[in-house]
Formats: sequence, structure tokens, C-alpha cells
Amino acid sequence: MFPIKPPISDDEAAKITRLEELAYELSVGKVMTSKVYSLHPEQTMREALDQFQKHKISGAPVAIDGNLLGILSIEDLIRSLRDGRIDLTVTDYMTSHVITARKEDPVIEALKLFVKFQVGRLPVLDSDGKLVGILTKGDITNGLLNALQNDFENEELIRYRASHLFEDIVSDRSTLTLRYNVRKNDFSRGGAASNNIKKALLRLGATPQIARRCGIAVYEAEINLIIHTNHGGVLRVEIEPDRITMEAYDDGPGIPDISLAMQPGYSTATQEVREKGFGAGMGLVNIKSCVDEMNLSSSSDRGTSLYMVMHLDKTKHLA
Amino acid sequence: MNLKEIQDLLQLKALSLPSNLDTIEVRTGYTSDMLSCVMTGALSGSVWVTLMAHNNIVAVASLLDIPAIIITENAQPDELTIARAREKEIVLFSTPRPTFEVVGKLWEMGIRAEET
Repeated sequence: MFPIKPPISDDEAAKITRLEELAYELSVGKVMTSKVYSLHPEQTMREALDQFQKHKISGAPVAIDGNLLGILSIEDLIRSLRDGRIDLTVTDYMTSHVITARKEDPVIEALKLFVKFQVGRLPVLDSDGKLVGILTKGDITNGLLNALQNDFENEELIRYRASHLFEDIVSDRSTLTLRYNVRKNDFSRGGAASNNIKKALLRLGATPQIARRCGIAVYEAEINLIIHTNHGGVLRVEIEPDRITMEAYDDGPGIPDISLAMQPGYSTATQEVREKGFGAGMGLVNIKSCVDEMNLSSSSDRGTSLYMVMHLDKTKHLA
Repeated sequence: MNLKEIQDLLQLKALSLPSNLDTIEVRTGYTSDMLSCVMTGALSGSVWVTLMAHNNIVAVASLLDIPAIIITENAQPDELTIARAREKEIVLFSTPRPTFEVVGKLWEMGIRAEET
């Protein structure tokens, strides 16, 4: 189940799944069985057989007062039966060289032991070397499945809480405002704000279509702030149950001819910016096609303000 | 057609690799190097062919729910771009072939411009 042959290549490292991550995060102590049916070394093999049958187990550690002395498996029992010496003691048949796992170790270490030594179970010792549990591969599988289930439930809970935000908070008008500062020429973070906004809208229960349309509109506005402003600007998104209002504003230099700027294919972007894939002259056109309302106002002394609204009809209401 | 099949048939080099290439189905594609055109034209779930390699391609793909980008003519994205792609679970492929040829091959495989 787990690729444990070191060293792993970069390609393999990139393939590490959540399950494998959990194998590193979970400790042996979290997944082991703490109720241990241990045997006393002086017990007979017949008594061991009774124990195995009674508790439906196929192996047990041998210990006195938590100090591990050996381990007895069903194989050892079969040997004693074949020998016809079932009345000898556990000590005579147990394996005294025992592979153990430590309680604090990550599960992956125990998995390596299972693979390397081909054992059915590992007694688990605490930091003082005392027997505190027993670990089978089944315990690990159960532990990992439970942890995955918890992951899933936590994510569901977060989603549920976010999407019920507007129901839970009662007021005449509830608004959630997100604000992002966008810096001039910061191409390396281009799209960061719009991606965050899209994610927030999805969390709040917007449909993928609405989140995508808002994401595109805000992205174009964000890129415009990066390319065309003096000092960058601000993106402000106001989320209400029935609409999303998005604004981008800056302090200049302003757009001299708005109707020209709105024409498809018209762009004032420099050659350098075009080489990055921007400046197609489609930004404002895209915004207009994505949102329900758009208003662009600009002056050379006050800068530019772009106002966009997405109405959420009854079926698309948040929460 | 899943991404694994596309990778194998076009002999693409994967720059960011999720574990489950064969579970990501792609039926549509888009090509342009102008990001705003991609914003307008690309359908979600498409494979995007471009020779643009700077990190804004990941932001665009992420906004549009584009699972894979094929970067042509050996254009090389930087480490930051590849790291972002990993983080956003977007597959970046690289190929020495030109866009025209890649798109032609994708069409032959049954990838179309629109959802059919």
C-alpha cells in the first residue's frame, strides 16, 4: 500500500497522497489497541490456546507487569500441538526476540517494520519500555480510515458554517467585506486576490458559475490595477445574501476616453506587458460580459473607480 | 480522454505531478497566449495549450478550473510557477512541439473546442 523503498524520486514525492501523509502524522499510540491480552510466561500452551479462542486473537505478547518478555503466535501453538507438548509453558514456545513499535512513532515506522519483518502484530512500548498496546495492520487501516473520515467531517463542518453565515447572523442588512491591496507591477501575485475571492464565494455557498464569473471579473480588474495605475489600488468585495458588489479603485492616472477603453481589442499596455500575455484589450469587455452591472468612472485627478455588481436571484441566494 | 493518455500519446513531460492523472478527464481544449482571451474562451475542465510560461497562467487556470496546461516549444516556467501549480493542483506539461502541432494531435484524439 505504501511506497517505502527509499530514496523516493521527486516524481514519487509529488504523488504522496493524503493517506500517506496521515501515515506520517498519526502516531502508533493513536491507532493501536490498548486492551492487550498478554500471557504470563509460566502459563501452559493449553491455557494460551484457551485465551486465543476466548478473545478471538491469533497472537499475544508475553509479559510480567508490563515488561515484555516475548510474543506467542498461533504458529507457535500449532507447533506445540504437532509436537504433542501442549502442556509445556509459553516460555518454551514463545519468540523471545521481539520486534516492537514505539508509541510515539509515526505509523509509517510501524508499517516499515511490518514489511521488513513480515510479522502479524507488533507489541507497542511506551518511552519507559513498558507494554502499552498491540498493533496489527488492521489497526493501522482502521486508524487511517478514521482519520480520513475526521478530515472529511472537519471540511464539511467548515463549509457548512461558512455557507450558513448569513442565516446565523441576524440583522437588517448583513454584509461581508473582503479587501485586497494590489501593488503596481506586482505580476508575480497577479490573480492571487481574485483566486482568494473565488474561494471565499464558494465557501459561502455561491454556485461554481457565480464564483467563476466573479473570479474572472475581479481578475481582470486586479490585472488592470497591476498594469495601468500609478501606485496600484484596492479591490473591495462586498458580499450580501442577494448580491455581490465588487469595486476596484486607484489614485490615477485615470482613463482619458472611457468609451475607447471599452472597445474590444483596444489597449494601452506596453510591449513589455504584452509579452507577458496581457494587454489583449479584452479586460473590460470580459468584465462587462461576466457581471450584471458595471460602471466605470475616471478622472485624471481622482483616479479610476470600477464598480461591478452580480445579482443573486432567489435560486442562487447565498445561504 | 484522461490526462495520462494525453501525456503518453503526446510524450509530454510533467512539471507538476498529481498522483491521479488517469482520473482527470478532459474533453475540451483551448489555445491562446493572451490571458484575457483565455478568460473569455476557455471552458472549465479544458486543457489549455500555450507557449506562455510565466506564473500568471496558473492563476488564470485556477480561476477557470482548468486542470492542465500544456506549455509548448520548451518554454520553461520558473520554480515559483511550478510550486503554485502544485498547490492549486493544476498539471503543467512541457513539450518541445509547437502549439499548432499539439492542438492538431489533441483534435485527432477527440478533444474538441466545445462540450459535445
